[in-house]
Amino acid sequence: MGDPVSPRFLARRFVQAVPLLFLVSAVVFLLIHAAPGGPLAIYLANPNVRPADIERLRRALGLDRPLWQQYWTWLWAFVRGDWGYSFSDGRPVVARIVERLPATIELVAVALACALALTMPIGIGAAVRRGRWFDRAATIASMAGVALPAFWFGLLLQMIFAIGLGWLPSSGRATPGGGGLVDHLQHLLLPTAVLAIVLASGWSRYLRGSMIETLSQPFVAAARARGVPERRVVLRHALPNALGPLIALVTVDAALLVSGAVVTESVFAWPGLGSLFTEALARRDYTVLMAMLMLSASAVVAFNLAADVAHAIVDPRVPAS
Amino acid sequence: MRLPALVFAGLIAAALAAPLVAPYAPERIDLSMRRDAPSAAHVFGTDELGRDVFSRVLYGARVSLEVGLFSAAVAGASGVAIGGVAGYAGGAVDAVLMRATDAMLAIPRLPLLMIAAVVLQPSIPALIVLIGIAGWMETARVVRAEFRTLGAAGFVEGARAAGAGHARVLVRHLLPNAAQAVAVSITLAVARGILLESALSFFGVGVRPPAASWGNMLYQAQAALSTEPWLALAPGAFILMTTISVSLIGDRLAAGAMKN
Repeated sequence: MGDPVSPRFLARRFVQAVPLLFLVSAVVFLLIHAAPGGPLAIYLANPNVRPADIERLRRALGLDRPLWQQYWTWLWAFVRGDWGYSFSDGRPVVARIVERLPATIELVAVALACALALTMPIGIGAAVRRGRWFDRAATIASMAGVALPAFWFGLLLQMIFAIGLGWLPSSGRATPGGGGLVDHLQHLLLPTAVLAIVLASGWSRYLRGSMIETLSQPFVAAARARGVPERRVVLRHALPNALGPLIALVTVDAALLVSGAVVTESVFAWPGLGSLFTEALARRDYTVLMAMLMLSASAVVAFNLAADVAHAIVDPRVPAS
Repeated sequence: MRLPALVFAGLIAAALAAPLVAPYAPERIDLSMRRDAPSAAHVFGTDELGRDVFSRVLYGARVSLEVGLFSAAVAGASGVAIGGVAGYAGGAVDAVLMRATDAMLAIPRLPLLMIAAVVLQPSIPALIVLIGIAGWMETARVVRAEFRTLGAAGFVEGARAAGAGHARVLVRHLLPNAAQAVAVSITLAVARGILLESALSFFGVGVRPPAASWGNMLYQAQAALSTEPWLALAPGAFILMTTISVSLIGDRLAAGAMKN
């Protein structure tokens, strides 16, 4: 078969992604322009803004032209990287997004790593001890984690560890003026915990399922019959074959690196893309909101493609051509 | 274990009976009883306007369950329609509808709904429709997959040959066979709808005050975490209880579907 991921497979998936993003952009654009009064609605309600000024703004922003022309202009500019200016502070949208990116990448990358560290022992352990107390406890915990509203979980952790015990700061990325590595890590701990536990709850259920399926395969029984130690059977024979679906899932969730964890970041005032989104939402900053939604959707499409490729590389049974 | 179904039924009963069970009117302001910790008179305490948190949780249950159940119905109906047509028609229709499904799945759901809620300022019925149409994709995929498998089974061709029209084949022959899979996906949509409503209200763009919903009670609680922690406990616990019982019901349904 040769190369597990052929250039033709990649090219076809890439071509499929284009109309997808086209549709996404149309949904996003129409939604913003569905506001009564259009994107300038917030100025209409403000008595200090004169009607003549609104008319001038409308012309300057091209809002007096037919909708399809506006869409086309916006899309063409977006594709070239011209994402316009923020309604709330007049700075380029790209600059506002770029300055928030490091905080989000830091939080999400650490949370993804922690979630994986939780998922592996829990998922494997539950599959090996299927039906026993460890499996039951893991199942209940992961069901609760999936059903848990992340924002409430965040509030609880703030109440216990920041307000009640006073061990950790309740919000932000660093103490103003102060700082240092320890201070930074203390700020990182609670938001990471929320994100990692929510992610690990979904992942460990998945890994448990694919491990149980793999452990029932004939090749595992054959390895056991040859006298391979159980630990080695589980970790070296079964695990690599069960990892494919998990790797795909982790890759898809990694899109959070670019889209931001809206709920977690907002609850903990973590100054990343997720907080930028809720700030822009409160100020009806439509240029920022549109750019962020497009960016998130593009990230989801790109990371989905990456997940397919990763799955095909790890698991030769997945057709990639 | 019928516990999840019992818990869920109990929550629905409590929501329906809220006017009879609630010790106070949910919006009754009592400025002499502001910020009271839980006591015999106010089992979950009072908020900064002296409103009884227990009564508000009961009335909030009405909103949360209403949004969860009806948005899942909207999601289920549109998902069955879109997935059913795609799976039955196949070809270009299928390709177009499935690309649209992929596109909708690529847009992060909560941010999309947050923008929609800000733009459209929805009432509760409008919120139900919004959450519903943001959630049809999963059901559509399930129904399409079921219909494709069933279509290959031959009885569709048989029914067509016996003179049944397309609509009849869809509704009488295909849909009943996909019912279990649809039920599982709609159950998941109920839990998702409740979580989405509470998140939207928590961010101040969902159910608007003074009406109580579990989400907007938490929005209010966030500002007073250090002084009145009881405000944050009850609404969140009720959200969790509801979503866990619904997910467990969904799990049971899925296990039943696997056996058949």
